[in-house]
Amino acid sequence: MPKPYATVQDARTSLQNKTGTWRTMRPEYVHRMPPCNLMCPAGENIQLWLAHAQEGKLREAWEVMVDANPFPAIMGRVCYHTCELACNRTHFDGAVNINRLERSIGDVALNKGWSFPVPTRSTGKKVLVIGGGPSGLSAAYFLRRFGHSVTIYEANHKLGGAMRYGIPRYRLSTAVLDAEIDRLLALGIEVECDKRVSDVAQELQNFDAVYLAMGASLAVQINIPTDEGATVIDAIEMFRCLENDKDKMPALGKTVIVYGGGNSAIDAARTARRLGADKVQIVYRRAMEHMRAHDSEIKEALAEGVEILCLRTIGHIHKGSVSINKMELQNNELVNTGQVETLQADSVIYAIGQQPDEKVVLSISDILIGEGSTIIVDKNMMTGAKGIFAGGDIVPGKRTVTDAIGMGKKAARCIDAFLNGKEIPAKPSPDIATFKKLQLDYYPKSPRIDVEPKVNLTFEEANLSYDDPKVILEARRCFSCGNCYHCNNCYAYCPDNAIIQHEDGSLEFNYEYCKGCGLCAVECPCGAIKMVPDDQQ
Amino acid sequence: MSLTVGDRLNKAEEAVQARVKRHNSLTSGHRACQGCGEALAARCALDAAYNATGGKIVVVNATGCLEVFTTPYPDNAWGVPWLHSLFGNAPAVATGAAAAFAARGDHEMRVIAQGGDGGTTDIGMGCLSGMFERNDDVLYICYNNEAYMNTGVQRSSSTPALSRTATTFPIKQYMGNDPMSGKCVPKIAMAHGIPYVATATIGDIRDFERKVVKAIHMRGARYIEVYSPCPLGWGSQPCDTVRLARLVVRCGLYPLFEAENGKISSVTKIENLIPVEDYLRPQKRFAHLFGKNADPEHIKVIQKIADANIEEYNLTGGC
Repeated sequence: MPKPYATVQDARTSLQNKTGTWRTMRPEYVHRMPPCNLMCPAGENIQLWLAHAQEGKLREAWEVMVDANPFPAIMGRVCYHTCELACNRTHFDGAVNINRLERSIGDVALNKGWSFPVPTRSTGKKVLVIGGGPSGLSAAYFLRRFGHSVTIYEANHKLGGAMRYGIPRYRLSTAVLDAEIDRLLALGIEVECDKRVSDVAQELQNFDAVYLAMGASLAVQINIPTDEGATVIDAIEMFRCLENDKDKMPALGKTVIVYGGGNSAIDAARTARRLGADKVQIVYRRAMEHMRAHDSEIKEALAEGVEILCLRTIGHIHKGSVSINKMELQNNELVNTGQVETLQADSVIYAIGQQPDEKVVLSISDILIGEGSTIIVDKNMMTGAKGIFAGGDIVPGKRTVTDAIGMGKKAARCIDAFLNGKEIPAKPSPDIATFKKLQLDYYPKSPRIDVEPKVNLTFEEANLSYDDPKVILEARRCFSCGNCYHCNNCYAYCPDNAIIQHEDGSLEFNYEYCKGCGLCAVECPCGAIKMVPDDQQ
Repeated sequence: MSLTVGDRLNKAEEAVQARVKRHNSLTSGHRACQGCGEALAARCALDAAYNATGGKIVVVNATGCLEVFTTPYPDNAWGVPWLHSLFGNAPAVATGAAAAFAARGDHEMRVIAQGGDGGTTDIGMGCLSGMFERNDDVLYICYNNEAYMNTGVQRSSSTPALSRTATTFPIKQYMGNDPMSGKCVPKIAMAHGIPYVATATIGDIRDFERKVVKAIHMRGARYIEVYSPCPLGWGSQPCDTVRLARLVVRCGLYPLFEAENGKISSVTKIENLIPVEDYLRPQKRFAHLFGKNADPEHIKVIQKIADANIEEYNLTGGC
């Protein structure tokens, strides 16, 4: 066909002009590590379960939680939520209330009776877990999921360890604790309670591996001169009495002094208030800022009328009173000022610290014992003795329930690798989704939703869960740091249509046309696009 | 409400640009520079109009970057019927097109004319004013990038105060474009009393799309000016194109408003007001206002313009 006047070429589309050749930098979708996930001692994929919760898919959210942690409802009550401290939203309008979301979704799971899928495969390997606390139960849960058969020996009358005997009931109710433990045991785990193991090496003949998770159940002893007739009790002993034998619990009286500065001192003080003490004073030898107790706990204790007296040590316990030595800090050294005061005290509770009972393992020569009677383990959680692993409070660490659960999970993986004769590959260091990588112009301000705790001095739980609509609202505050949440900004803003959106909403760069301007990376709200040098020829 | 273009939790509110099935009125392979604001703005505007009319649009283009980078002979990047004639006559050609459709009894087909600021505010001004004055049934969209970019960044009557261009180069006694020069075409359009006038930016695509859709359904002469950053002419980073479009609104230099029949009908309020400096600094065309030999008085001149806008349009006050 003849061409129109003055034309020599046929008309054609610009699509044959592959502008991708202009590019020197190339955008790539990346998955960056959100700070919440990075800081979670249990290794939860918090961001992922928040994303499910945003869509109201609570079952999916819960399933993601229990991939890392078998106890969401417990964790939502007792975890010190290091995730929230790291949350990028802290620098914007307040961290996402991850802890309460976990609690609320955990409660939904309990109310609806969601259960864990029973493992289908069986490896025929047998693992013994000694100690049924958070770390032992967590290890048992993951080992069972790997298909191993698991037996737990628990020295106490009931399972739960620190969750039952270390945490007061106003923080974690028995009903929730029992329900989550029962759900775990339904996986098919053998349990023997009231069984104290005397010879670990002996047990190794019946099992392929052993996980030591006896915790730190002995109170650290200190020698303070004490008069006859004075009421003195360890915090840990008090909690055990309250759970198992209320009769053995001594009367604390109206004025109580708690000695220590950690979380268990706070727990003991708040428990004393609930047992009827009018005046509860925490005596701590260093300054307020040195207290190991978490700020939120301290705040709640103060709100309940607990007093905290810092820079003081107890010199002598009399019947009805204690002698206090005033201290001061000189160049960070604690010095006795020589000043003495006397405080009224019907009873004294020690909350100095706890340590593991090393007697059980002393007989095994290969196991190394470290500072404070803790067991030394290698990077795979194995003790010096082959096939014997240890974790939780019995090894050096932060001694929180969450850390214990995380260690239980890690130990389970290591034991699984050991039983299969495999190595666990080292993880590459993560690319962290920092605050600076976010494009904040796209996030409207939306204040954190809090639920005021009930202020009462009973053993009923003080904190409450969200109702369902609030779960979705609060979850939607998540920035989704470092991971695409399908806002489609990149797709909409590309001047070259160089991003393909598939029918399912997934996005892909079309490098044939991408000129590498980097607009998509700047306009990505959550920092999920990275510009990298392009080595195309 | 999410402020992003799309929202997986609220599909109904998504912009046309965020949807899987958008028309792509301007397709890939065009030769616009990296990070071109005009290419982005043109696709947004025409896709929105295409979507709103079920594809019943024709487009008349003035000469300029947009025409050159989309249709170097024999290539064509357009996914809509498109016509180019001369630099200054796009409004007149569009008037003719609209008249032709009317004569054929086709009242569904909508005519859009478009051009850069040079073809609109300078060379096409006569034809544009005629189109306004006759109230011809055309939507005119001006992609304002504040100079003649295609020919090498010469000044236009839309070039902002103290900006460097090839023809307003800062030297000792002249600090770039004369602050007393220039004109506001949206106001000129309003003075014609036409049914609809609006300003928009590519920093807020949902707002821009809403204005285009509103305009496309109206009859008579309509005018939308959309602020479209030009990385090449402005000396800004290609990746900052959309960010600059947000900053210019937030500092008050580019008021977003709609006017109907010559009267302002809505104004977009500024939520987080910023000093003009935050907007000026990333652009090399204002680099002479910074640095150790710069006179801070010059930035105050620009700040005064922003302040005057804020007062005139009540950009920060209540409704």
